[in-house]
Amino acid sequence: MDIIVLLKQVPATESVISIADDGKHIETENLKWVINPYDEFAVEEALQIKQKQGGGTVTLLSVGTDKTVEALRTGLAMGADKAILVKDPAAEEADGLGIARILAAVIKTLDCDLILAGQRAVDDDAYIVGPAVAEMLDIPHIAMVIKEEITDGAVRCTRTIDGGTLIQDVPLPALLTTQRGLNEPRYASLPGIMKAKKKPIDIRSLADIGLEAGAVAPKVRVTALKTPPERTSGRIIEGDSARAKAAELVRVLHQEAKVI
Amino acid sequence: MSNGVLVIAEQIDGVFRKVAFEAVSEGKRLAEQLGGELTAAVLGEGVDTIAGELARYGADTILTAQEPALKEFAVDAYTKVVADIVAQVDPSVVLVGATMTGKDLAARLAARLDAPLAMDCIGIRLDGDTLTATRPVYGGKVLAEVTLTGTLRIAAIRPNAFGLKESTGPGKIEVFAADPGDPKIRFVEKQMETGKIDLTEAEVIVSGGRGMGGSDYTILEDLADALNGAVGASRSAVDEGWRPHSDQVGQTGKTVSPGLYIACGISGAIQHLAGMSSAKVVVAINKDPEAPIFAKSDYGIVGDLFEVVPAVTQEVKKVKG
Ligand SMILES: Cc1cc2nc3c(=O)[nH]c(=O)nc-3n(C[C@H](O)[C@H](O)[C@H](O)COP(=O)(O)OP(=O)(O)OC[C@H]3O[C@@H](n4cnc5c(N)ncnc54)[C@H](O)[C@@H]3O)c2cc1C
Ligand SMILES: Nc1ncnc2c1ncn2[C@@H]1O[C@H](COP(=O)(O)O)[C@@H](O)[C@H]1O
Repeated sequence: MDIIVLLKQVPATESVISIADDGKHIETENLKWVINPYDEFAVEEALQIKQKQGGGTVTLLSVGTDKTVEALRTGLAMGADKAILVKDPAAEEADGLGIARILAAVIKTLDCDLILAGQRAVDDDAYIVGPAVAEMLDIPHIAMVIKEEITDGAVRCTRTIDGGTLIQDVPLPALLTTQRGLNEPRYASLPGIMKAKKKPIDIRSLADIGLEAGAVAPKVRVTALKTPPERTSGRIIEGDSARAKAAELVRVLHQEAKVI
Repeated sequence: MSNGVLVIAEQIDGVFRKVAFEAVSEGKRLAEQLGGELTAAVLGEGVDTIAGELARYGADTILTAQEPALKEFAVDAYTKVVADIVAQVDPSVVLVGATMTGKDLAARLAARLDAPLAMDCIGIRLDGDTLTATRPVYGGKVLAEVTLTGTLRIAAIRPNAFGLKESTGPGKIEVFAADPGDPKIRFVEKQMETGKIDLTEAEVIVSGGRGMGGSDYTILEDLADALNGAVGASRSAVDEGWRPHSDQVGQTGKTVSPGLYIACGISGAIQHLAGMSSAKVVVAINKDPEAPIFAKSDYGIVGDLFEVVPAVTQEVKKVKG
């Protein structure tokens, strides 16, 4: 089974994010960069499927910058076979549909049975790219998958919906997006890290994949980034006993904040 | 029409999601500003019996798209039918509730229509015809304002972030002849956690973390019940196996916007704060006065949660009578 994993490099979730002077981007210096946590689930699932199916390849595909090579190496060290990085100045301001168009253009040149993506990238939290890639390839997708089972050219997925789960069948080729609970991603082993150094990372420009810059011109533009309003009061409720504190808390929630 | 607004009003098992009414309320506001009509559409089976509820929030026209293939959510059939509705209504703005299924539909629809999409918005502004949406990014650590360029724009609105506003509209119900096309996704089974209020829609959330010390969440459930709310958890509590994944609040869990969020035995890690920073009022109960959660809370109680939480429940019951 040949599987493609869509992988994005993002700032680690523990990062403090500060806004750059232009007010539209974030400060990227001093950030720790990692594989998007939901894409880690995708890499792990791909490796497990490959093993279960007794063969095939796991290819990582990313649109990024030179720095993204680190994330791809980590994915290769986990056990993926090869990686493709699309790197182009024109891709840097692309919106979700633009990124999807780039990814779909690359995937069209490859053979694959299954595509795995994260449900969302924890930087732009857009939830767009996975379903959009599937649409552009004219294949079905199932989002937020917590369990999958492949049999006879089809995959049975359990996906989360608000308040429950839904089990659906879909024929391959298909794209799935990951939800927490799907698996526990492995850590890269030392031998894995050594091996990854020799695995190929194919770097391409937009021209290489037959796209012009205009094809990824954004229709969604960030005009400003703002810090969310800080909570100001931060009032510690004093009292002689747990009961006294509880009574005072409920009083302020009821009378002042009016949320009870 | 092309200066109108189309709202896709989500229902499950014949009951509208609260965000469906929020979307219609917001849709009405936008339609008035654009000087266009508000159309609300509901997909499903047997939904004609509930469609009229959308009139209460000002829908001019209510379309019912009924088909066995639409009984349960399937992104391919839903996208096909919604795209057909868009083609008929020709709106300027499409609003969807940013539930898990709503986000899925919105993304695929945007790709099909090649239309700009702002996912999980907490605010929408129209300056003339320019639509700007505010949406949390980096798990809520930053708010982004994004402008959408095009004659058709899609926004998925975060549950609980927009208010409900009743207004009158003709609420004319019309049947939309739905053609789900040739869907590839086949329904097998659905399981709902019965009797639980979904975290994303809850007005009150009582969350427990590692400080709970085990899987017995009874005291939190009692408090949540007294407040008619839901119980959430930190990732540590989920990782310990004390609570299901679906209860996790945070950057890799659910982002929630309740009116009241009570964090019990939760330290306030940045990934947790990301998921609840848009709560209106935050209360922290923690035995460590230095816990970072206090700096991000409106009210705090320093104390043992096993003493404080039951006492709070007692007091709530008194107030609520
Ligand atoms: C990639 C990544 C993603 C993550 N995503 C999330 C996420 O989505 N959501 C999330 O929550 N975390 C997430 N985390 C984990 C996060 O970093 C923290 O580890 C986690 O939130 C801590 O949970 P906690 O506050 O319950 O536990 P702790 O940090 O251990 O805090 C327990 C608190 O309980 C208090 N306490 C103990 N006993 C009592 C008592 N009897 N009475 C009162 N207080 C008591 C302690 O003082 C302490 O403050 C993520 C981490 C990573 C690396
Ligand atoms: N630049 C990118 N390169 C590769 N995959 C991406 C990229 N951006 C997004 N994705 C994939 O799409 C998913 C959803 O991203 P998003 O729509 O940005 O929230 C991610 O989890 C990745 O799997």
